[in-house]
Amino acid sequence: MEKYRINPSKGLEFGIYTLGDHIPDPHTGERISAEQRIHEIIELAKIAEQAGIDFFSVGESHQEYFATQAHSVVLSAIAQATEKIKIASSSTIISTSDPVRVYEDFATIDLISKGRTEIIAGRASRVGLFDLLGYNLRDYEELFEEKFELLLKINEEKIVNWSGQFRAPLRNAEVIPRPQSGSMPIWRAVGGPPASAIKAGYAGVPMFLANLGGPATSFKFSVDAYREAAKQNGFDPAQLPISTAGFFYAAETTQQAQKEAYPHVNQGMKLINGRGYPKQQFAQGADTRDVMNVGSPQQIIEKILYQHELFGHQRYIGQMDFGGVPFDKLMKNIELIGNEILPAIKKYTAKK
Amino acid sequence: MKVVLLSGSKVGSKTRTAMDYTKKAITEKYPDLETTLIDLAEYDVEFSDGRNYLEYEGDTGYVTKTIMEADAIIIGTPIFQASIPATLKNIFDLLPVNALQHKVASIVVTAGSSKHYLIAENQLKPILGYMKAQIVQTYVFVEEQDFHRKEITNDDVLFRIDRLVEDTVVLTETYTKIREEKEAAYGF
Repeated sequence: MEKYRINPSKGLEFGIYTLGDHIPDPHTGERISAEQRIHEIIELAKIAEQAGIDFFSVGESHQEYFATQAHSVVLSAIAQATEKIKIASSSTIISTSDPVRVYEDFATIDLISKGRTEIIAGRASRVGLFDLLGYNLRDYEELFEEKFELLLKINEEKIVNWSGQFRAPLRNAEVIPRPQSGSMPIWRAVGGPPASAIKAGYAGVPMFLANLGGPATSFKFSVDAYREAAKQNGFDPAQLPISTAGFFYAAETTQQAQKEAYPHVNQGMKLINGRGYPKQQFAQGADTRDVMNVGSPQQIIEKILYQHELFGHQRYIGQMDFGGVPFDKLMKNIELIGNEILPAIKKYTAKK
Repeated sequence: MKVVLLSGSKVGSKTRTAMDYTKKAITEKYPDLETTLIDLAEYDVEFSDGRNYLEYEGDTGYVTKTIMEADAIIIGTPIFQASIPATLKNIFDLLPVNALQHKVASIVVTAGSSKHYLIAENQLKPILGYMKAQIVQTYVFVEEQDFHRKEITNDDVLFRIDRLVEDTVVLTETYTKIREEKEAAYGF
């Protein structure tokens, strides 16, 4: 796992991610400015680092209600504002970007951050950016596969020779600057169904599995399929880290956590996907067997340990700022993570 | 309560005629409801290309958003080639998974032959069920012989439309009440 800068003996890595959503607070209907939102994201990364959190990532989205379209620029500011926390994109939509430019950007951020940067590349769950950036939605799958392959190639090879369908060929091209250690971790972002997980396994790349809610066992299927596909294609699954990503919200009691989180999650889903989050499903989310980490610190510790046992993953990242959650609530979450959740998780997952 | 009446065809006039009767029945009996009739013949709806419905513009955006905001949908469909028309299927394709969850759906069918009676049962209901609608079980089936020059001449059909409207509203009100009570019990 060294290639991916992960040492499993230190226990499960814990991180926070934001999609950079810019949504009104459902209680007040008020929306902070994009300027304030971006500064709060940078501030959140700093506080996360102080609390001992391992990882912080920012997503790219090009639609209404988002503020981090230029997510690499925000990450660059975070690289400068922090010292030891790992930083990444979650995710970079590689389908609609030039892998050479993405690599140049992130290698630069890696140098600014002194070797703390990673790329998580995804296919886009919303597809409005295809029109915006001049791509054809019909090429959805092929665009991602081709560009992701090129991105990996640039990471592995100093001099790149390449030709493909969606970009001018590269002849003896040297993509610079290089990251601090010559290459950097590149993950594949994977949604729920196993088809995408299998592709990640086949390519032998680490997998970032989004699992917002639902029974943890149903995501176990993707995890197993990923490892099996990697093995079949000659990769050692033990060398390939897995990360999971999903909703997170901690408060003193599980009831309070649900009460505080629900209006944000529901409104965020409504504005972005057009459908609220069904209350019934959210209520079930408190069950230890459900993958959603919303609850009291003790409940969340139990859930994360259960998921760790089930998935054998190396990193978990939580999304706690979705739907206009005010900053003081985020600070409170970080406090609970730092004081209660993190020590317990490390204690039980680190190899003695 | 918002009710959308969806006339699902670009071809012919019978489904629209039946939907006009349905609209009249609902506005007369329930004047306070917000009812909207969407006749797909009047809109230029794109074929679904897989994007989220919020990302469509123009007529496509209008039709999908209006349906998504409704509490109840009364679907009018002719039967073409022993099936629902592509225009109607396209509307379902444009909507997200579980789009009809917490919505009531009811059906008015117009057909050239009584042999098509089970098509709503075998083709439309499974789609509505998959999309999680609360379906009004009885539907109105109107045959060619029930029409005369864009009017419905069979009183049985008219009575059935009245009953469908009543069932749709009663089920929507009841279901909303049940759901509100259930959700209040969660305490968040």
